[in-house]
Amino acid sequence: MSQKEEYEAKIKAIAPTSPLFKNCLFAFLFGGGICAFGETFRHLLMRIGLESSDAFVQVSVTLIFLSAVLTGLGIYDNIAKIAGAGTLVPVTGFANAVVSPAIDTKSEGWVLGVGAKIFTVAGPVLLYGVLAGTVYGLIYYAVSLFGGGV
Amino acid sequence: MIHTFRHAPGILTAAAVGGYEERRGPLGEAFDLCDPSGRFGQKTWEMAEEELARTALNAALGKAGVNAKDISVLCAGDLQNQCCASSGGLYSFGIPFLGLYGACSTCTESLLVASLYLSETYSEKRRLAAAVTTSHNGSAERQFRQPLEYGSQRAPTAQWTATAGGAFLLDSHGADVLITECMPGRMINSLILDSANMGCAMAPAAADSLCRYFEESGKKPVDFDAIVTGDLGLVGASMLRELMKEAGIPLEENYRDCGTMLYDEKEQDVHGGASGCGCSASVLSCFFLPKMVRGDYQDILFLSTGALLSATSVQQGEAIKGIAPLLRIQRRKT
Amino acid sequence: MSILYAFLVGGALCVPAQILIDRTKLTPARILVLYVTLGVILGALGLYQTLRDAVGCGVSVPLIGFGGVIAEGVKKAIDEEAFLGIFKGPLTAAAVGTSAALVFGYLTALIFNGKPHKM
Repeated sequence: MSQKEEYEAKIKAIAPTSPLFKNCLFAFLFGGGICAFGETFRHLLMRIGLESSDAFVQVSVTLIFLSAVLTGLGIYDNIAKIAGAGTLVPVTGFANAVVSPAIDTKSEGWVLGVGAKIFTVAGPVLLYGVLAGTVYGLIYYAVSLFGGGV
Repeated sequence: MIHTFRHAPGILTAAAVGGYEERRGPLGEAFDLCDPSGRFGQKTWEMAEEELARTALNAALGKAGVNAKDISVLCAGDLQNQCCASSGGLYSFGIPFLGLYGACSTCTESLLVASLYLSETYSEKRRLAAAVTTSHNGSAERQFRQPLEYGSQRAPTAQWTATAGGAFLLDSHGADVLITECMPGRMINSLILDSANMGCAMAPAAADSLCRYFEESGKKPVDFDAIVTGDLGLVGASMLRELMKEAGIPLEENYRDCGTMLYDEKEQDVHGGASGCGCSASVLSCFFLPKMVRGDYQDILFLSTGALLSATSVQQGEAIKGIAPLLRIQRRKT
Repeated sequence: MSILYAFLVGGALCVPAQILIDRTKLTPARILVLYVTLGVILGALGLYQTLRDAVGCGVSVPLIGFGGVIAEGVKKAIDEEAFLGIFKGPLTAAAVGTSAALVFGYLTALIFNGKPHKM
């Protein structure tokens, strides 16, 4: 065993671990709760005449708005302490990841602070989402070129 | 190597300043001043830390009834990039300045350098030196972790950067409490990369310093009223006990860690305990020094512990190095 | 009924992320990258659409949905504009969510100041 592994084993023996079951339960409840809220709202929107696809987008925008307000009021991070992945995985977590650096960096100015750093946390999601989409696009395009004639 | 001061400088006065969580903690009452808003009247967290440093030094000067121009040298440091809390907060005193960085070991480092300065320039004429160390949760989170409003869970081993600072005035002609010995720490590679477990990144360095000290001095842990580490926290302190046991010099009941004393484990959601260079500075100032002045303690070893890392070094896969300079602080014999 | 499904599926999708946070060294940012990429893959395979029809917001609200609409957008753009669609698709589909987050983020920064961190 290397010195590093030896020390890591020692750490493992004394360091407390997160309460996995409790954390997963809260993640499930909060994450599920946010999704159920979104679904309820979507049904309401469809009842007043929105098309299904528009209602999905509208729900996302509303959740992003609510997350921004809760982040601004300093509440979102307090919920996240309990909810963990339950407030990270829903689109509200993405919004929080954009809004929190914006508030945090306004002391450094509106252009080089907020402007430059607004994507410090959420940027990876956007980059890798677009990259994955492009890879799929290339494959889909190639398939449609060769498969199109069939 | 242990250095024994020929003219041991005395700690004339000390002041501790804190924020919201520090006020709620078990030592809250003992702080000279706490601002629950954490802002100290400033617009940004970085400026708040500057003001914290300024307030701490002013309080220490006020207690001693001395003027800033009577201070020969100011040794100060903090966790901000390029130590801007110290320079921004303390430039206006006009005291010749030595800026220091030892991460969270800066409190001991600044006292060590100030003591060496006073002992080297010792003469009939009384000289004073100041040592100031600060950390701020807001500026540290922003610099080392993530935006303050970002929702996340802290790991159980993660420590809480204290919004706190300590200022000390040292007197070349001694005081009730004297700094009698010092020993700079070696940088010890902890081999770990986990910045959510700084205690275990620093424990090997504290063990190294303590082992070297006991070996060279021939003393034992029980010879001291307290052996105090800076901010190993709950996990790091257990690790240090473990490492010392392995080294054949087990620590006894008199071992204390400032990181486990600043907050209340039951009342506050502390996780791994407190950290930050203001942690050991404020606990020394508002807990250990008053105990020594009262005579409860005669002789202590004080080692602030530092984790030498930056956000970049961790991302680039460099293991965290620890450091733990050591001071022996004794009550003047009467 | 779909509200219950949304609750169960949405909640269940958060659990693997929680396990990754607690038991691995993966940071939240990496986990979100995983989810988005997974969403793109599900969308590419056509599974995302099937799931969304069944559980609605249970799959569209988690970040998998963000990946899912990116895949959908890419497919639509390529069907309409051939090669250029590869580049037009991803951000067109992600536009609403991203713009909303940016605009609300900016407005929030205008109105609110950071609060001190509490334990």
